[in-house]
Amino acid sequence: MIPQMILLSILIFIVAQMMPGDALTGIIDPNIDPAAIEAQREALGLNNPWHIQYIDWVNATLHGDLGQSFRFKMPVTELVGQRLVNTVWLGLVTLIFTYLIAVPLGITSGRYNDTWLDQGITTYTYIGFAIPLFIFGLVMLWVFGFKLSWFPTNGSVAPGTEPGTMAFVLSKIKHLLLPALSMALIATVSTVQYLRSEIIDTKQKDFIVTARAKGASEQRVYNRHILRNSLLPIAAFFGFELTGLIGGTVFIETIFNYPGMGLLFIDSITQRDYSVVTSVVLLFGIASILGALLSDIILSIVDPRIRIK
Amino acid sequence: MEMRNENIDIPKPIKSPSTIKIIWRELVRDKLALVSLIFLVLITAFVYGIALFLDKSEIVTVDLFAINEPPGGEFILGTDYGGRDIFGQLIIGTRNSLSVAILVTLMTGVIGVVYGLVSGYIGGTVDNIMMRILDFFLILPFLMIVIVFVAIVPKYTVFSFSLIMTAFLWMGIARMIRSKALQEKELDYAQASRTLGSSNLKVMFRQVLPNISSLIIVTMTLNLAANIGLESGLSFLGFGFPESTPSLGTLLGYARNPQTLEFRWWIWVPAAVLILVLMLSVNNVGQALKRATDARQRRG
Repeated sequence: MIPQMILLSILIFIVAQMMPGDALTGIIDPNIDPAAIEAQREALGLNNPWHIQYIDWVNATLHGDLGQSFRFKMPVTELVGQRLVNTVWLGLVTLIFTYLIAVPLGITSGRYNDTWLDQGITTYTYIGFAIPLFIFGLVMLWVFGFKLSWFPTNGSVAPGTEPGTMAFVLSKIKHLLLPALSMALIATVSTVQYLRSEIIDTKQKDFIVTARAKGASEQRVYNRHILRNSLLPIAAFFGFELTGLIGGTVFIETIFNYPGMGLLFIDSITQRDYSVVTSVVLLFGIASILGALLSDIILSIVDPRIRIK
Repeated sequence: MEMRNENIDIPKPIKSPSTIKIIWRELVRDKLALVSLIFLVLITAFVYGIALFLDKSEIVTVDLFAINEPPGGEFILGTDYGGRDIFGQLIIGTRNSLSVAILVTLMTGVIGVVYGLVSGYIGGTVDNIMMRILDFFLILPFLMIVIVFVAIVPKYTVFSFSLIMTAFLWMGIARMIRSKALQEKELDYAQASRTLGSSNLKVMFRQVLPNISSLIIVTMTLNLAANIGLESGLSFLGFGFPESTPSLGTLLGYARNPQTLEFRWWIWVPAAVLILVLMLSVNNVGQALKRATDARQRRG
C-alpha cells in the first residue's frame, strides 16, 4: 500500500509538471516585471531540480497545503473541504440505497430462483449491467427531474435556504435523492447478481440439508443459515464499491450539476485550474487505494483462509 | 452369442465438433444472441456503408439558419445547436465510436495477452514484479487519469485518445491471461513440449496461446461492449473526441445543457438508444460465446 501511494504521488507529480503553468501562475499579476517573477520563482524553489521539488511538494501536501486555486482565489485545501462534504453525503446515500436495493432483490432472486420473479430481477441486472451510468443518469434526470418535476434538477441545496434550519436539511436531502438513486440502481447490479448466485450455491450445501433435517423452519434456514453465509462475501465488496463510486460521482455530479468533487474536477480541468486538478486526482487516488485496502481487510476478517499471518 | 466378424463395425473415432460449429450451434440455440449478432452486423454494415457516401465536412459545418430544428422536413432527425444534421452525425458518430472501441479492444488485447502470458509462464520473481506493476495500474482512478492525460497531451488526436485509453485498460485481460497461463504451463502438453526442447517462446506463443484463444476471444468481445460505453462516457464529459469529430458520446454531451435535455430530445435520445443497443448486442453475443467455450454451460 505504501509503495502504491509513493508511485501514485510520483505519477501525479509528473502529470502536474506536464501541465502548463505552475504554482505562481494563479497568484501573480501577469503585468509584473519578468525579472521579479524570476526572483520569486527562485525564492519559491521552482527552479530547483525535480527531485527536490518533488520532496517539497510531498512535504507541503502532507502538511495540508495543496496550493492555490486561481479560479476561486482560495487555498485548494479549503475549496476541496467544502466540496468533499457534498460528495461524501452523495456517496453515503448511494451506498445506503445500493444495499437497500441489493439485499432484498438478491435474496428474492436466489431463494425463488427460476420463477418469474427471479427472471424479472435477472432481466433488470442484465440491462443494468449493460447500460452506462451516464445514460441512465440522463434518463432519470429527464424523466423525474424535468418531465415529472418530482426532484430538483441541479445544485445541492435550494438557493436562499438558511444553513442550520430544517428547510435546509430537507432541501439537501431532496437534492441528494435522485442522483444517489440513479447511481445506486446501476451500482447495485453486480451485488444482486453475486448475492443470487451465492444463495443458490449455499442452498444445496450439506449443512443446509442438515438444518432442514433438524426441523428448522424455512424462515430460520434462510435467515440464520443461508443468509449469514451468503452475505459475508458481499461485505468484502464494500471497498470496491467505494472505488466504483469515484468514477460514478464524476458522471453523476456533472449530469445533476451537483457541486461535489467530481464536478469540481471536471470544471477545473476545463478552466485549466491545474492545482485543483492534481489535488482532486491525488485525493481520489488515495481513496481508491484505501478502498482496495479496506476490501482486503474485510475479506480477511470474513474468510480466514486468506488471512496473512 | 454368435460372432459375425465380417460385420463388425470399426467404430469411427468421434470427431469433436469444430469451434465454429459449436459457436454456431450456441447462437442458434440462443435466439437473443442470434438476433443481437444480426443487429450488430446490420448496424456496422449500415454505418460504415452510409458513411462512405456522407460528406463529413458538410455535416459538421455550422449552419446558423437551421439551429435546433425538430425532426422531419429537411433533416430526418433534426439539427443541433449549430444547425448540424443529427442523422449524419449519428451515422458518422457510430462509425467513429465503433472504430475507436475496436481499436482500443485490439490494442489492450495484444498488450494484455503478451503481458499476461509472459508473467504467468515465466513465473517467480518476474511474475511478482509484473503483478505489482499491474496492481498499481489497477488501483488508479481510471476515469480521472484518462481525463487528465487527454487534457494535457499536446497535439491531441483520435489515435492518441485510443492510446491513452489503452494505457489504462490492459490490466483486466492481462490478469485473466496470467492466471490461465499459470494453469496451462503445468499441463502435460506444455511440459512435453518443453521436454522435447522447444524454446519458451515457442511454448508460450505457439502452444499455450492457441489453447487459451477462446478465452481471449470471449474476453475481448465483452471488453468491446465496455469500451463502447467508456468511449461514449469520456466523449460525453468532453474528453473523448473533439467536437469536430462526432461520436455517440459527443451527441449525448449536448444533453449536458438542460435546455437540450428537456426540450430537444431528438439530439440525444437516438444516440443513447444506439449506445444501449450496441452494448447490449455485443454483450449478448459475448455471453453466448462465453457459454460456447464452456461445455458445462452450453445450451446447444
